[in-house]
Amino acid sequence: MNSTLYKRTHVLLRSGLRHLILFVLAIATTLASADGFDYALKPQRIADDTWVLVGRSEDFTIANGANIVNTAFVVTGAGVVVIDSGPSRYYGEQFRQAIASVTAEPIVKVLITHYHPDHFLGNQAFALETLHALPDTISGIARDGNAFAENLYRLSGDAMHGTEVRVPPKAIAPGPFSVGTHRFEVLALDGHTGADLALFDLGTGVLFTGDLVFNGRAPTTPHARIEPWLASLERLDALGARIIVPGHGAVSEAMPASQQGKPASSPHVSIAQTRDYLRWLNATLKEAAEQGLDMSEALALPLPPQIQRMAVSASEFRRSVSHLYPAAEQDALTHAHSHRY
Amino acid sequence: MKWFVALLSVSLLMAGTAGAVSPAVPDRASMADPLDSPRWEDMRKTFFGKARVVFDDRVKVVAPVTAENSLNVPVGVDAAALSGVTQVLVFADFNPINEVLRFYPERGLAKLGFRVKLQQSTPVRAAARTADGVWHVNGVWVNTAGGGCTAPSVGSSSPEWQSRLNEVSGRVWSREAANEGASAASSSSSSQSATETPKSPDQLRLRLRIIHPMDTGLVAGIPAFFIQQLRLADEKGRGLMRIEAYEPVAENPVFTIDLPAGLAASRVQVTGRDNGGNAIETWVEP
Ligand SMILES: [Zn+2]
Repeated sequence: MNSTLYKRTHVLLRSGLRHLILFVLAIATTLASADGFDYALKPQRIADDTWVLVGRSEDFTIANGANIVNTAFVVTGAGVVVIDSGPSRYYGEQFRQAIASVTAEPIVKVLITHYHPDHFLGNQAFALETLHALPDTISGIARDGNAFAENLYRLSGDAMHGTEVRVPPKAIAPGPFSVGTHRFEVLALDGHTGADLALFDLGTGVLFTGDLVFNGRAPTTPHARIEPWLASLERLDALGARIIVPGHGAVSEAMPASQQGKPASSPHVSIAQTRDYLRWLNATLKEAAEQGLDMSEALALPLPPQIQRMAVSASEFRRSVSHLYPAAEQDALTHAHSHRY
Repeated sequence: MKWFVALLSVSLLMAGTAGAVSPAVPDRASMADPLDSPRWEDMRKTFFGKARVVFDDRVKVVAPVTAENSLNVPVGVDAAALSGVTQVLVFADFNPINEVLRFYPERGLAKLGFRVKLQQSTPVRAAARTADGVWHVNGVWVNTAGGGCTAPSVGSSSPEWQSRLNEVSGRVWSREAANEGASAASSSSSSQSATETPKSPDQLRLRLRIIHPMDTGLVAGIPAFFIQQLRLADEKGRGLMRIEAYEPVAENPVFTIDLPAGLAASRVQVTGRDNGGNAIETWVEP
């Protein structure tokens, strides 16, 4: 189906309409750079002093300006703590306006949860000395940030206008810190990437998980290692959080034990769902490789209904095959014998 | 003429590839490229010269519509529905090096899975030559615009290959029609099998992974260095398949080969060499 679509676009571009399209694009670009991309950010209050800006459960597109991510902030009484800066400079600037609409307190700390572009490309809007991240996140942004940004420019177009990589200068270590009336615990975990920061507010019980947790949307895996990711989910689950702010998807409250499923897997639907998806993905790819499926056959595997129900699962599964199948098939092949003469 | 009717009915069955066949044009050699690629005429001249070329849906090319990693795009080619295939050529219209590989099925099936490096969005095509000298062509567009938040890979900077060059890992499977793809989708209850063609019950599948950088020669300072020849044979030395690879085959190539039952019941001999004269010599045990 999609190949037909592509073909049509292609035909269109080759015909005389091409110049018209370029002209319309040029106008759109002019408008965009004059007014910026309007993200229509609306902070939602989810607990005392705590606000979240929930992104869309979609792939990166021109229309959503790469706003598929959740960002958040806590007004502590002695300054604002920000969690992730968003996917672009426009987003970062509008994020600051959204914060200013809620409080006059200064922004004292911006924590970048991990090195994926939708979480740190809003950095330009914040004072450099407030930007903090785990050491491996800092080196990851320094190494791959520009390539990530280029990719996002390709996928999300004009909303990215003027966006440049700002590497957080301040390394943060796991452990407690306090700002104003809020006591926080920083957790240094991994699995979604090589360095995944989670932030737990001990007073409100709000846990900001970064992309270790997805809710209602299939997790992304370009730099994932599933075993450590599952271990990180255990750590998060054990914190006894009251509210979870996932990296992508809706904020959710812990369920009382009485409402949990048969073998109570987690009070947090989002943690349980992320765990189930990762286990399914791991088992599916391993089994496919064990059966000798070619990668193109693995890409065509049907998704079970509970996976299909998650947003963008079809496209994320195909990406995950590309990310994770080579290692799975290497395991399946090296278990077999191959002898030199 | 009989052949044309067969082709027409196949493409009606497949209904998906619109525009592939126009009954009003009896001479298939002049049929428009179903992929509508501006490079098609050049490709036709380069690879087929004056030979007869037809677009034929019996040649199946499977590749992702959008490649998540353009340096490792999985492609499955299946021309086993045609009889008497002597060789299959795979090429990409817009690659700086068009020719990806050729394979000669010999005693194997005219079917191969592999991975390719693509420079930009392009048709990926397979052309199967039958004993009568006709090339049967089909293909798909692969879009390389990128997927999620994956950085364009710069290829492996790992020096793994220097100590393990041409090392082969592999495995032979005995495969039944029923289990193909189905149980891998574990918890799915009602979904149909991933592959549509029913297989004979005891086909053999061979998968190979060879450690090799497959350098294209297009990166400044790094000369072309790639596997050129692979030959698969059974225990008695009888040829099962020959593969000629070119620069666009992805780093650390992985090949999926299907064999009719009985041909390689025990083990498969893999021999070959790269353009630096380094030999590949291995037995893959079941
Ligand atoms: Zn991420």
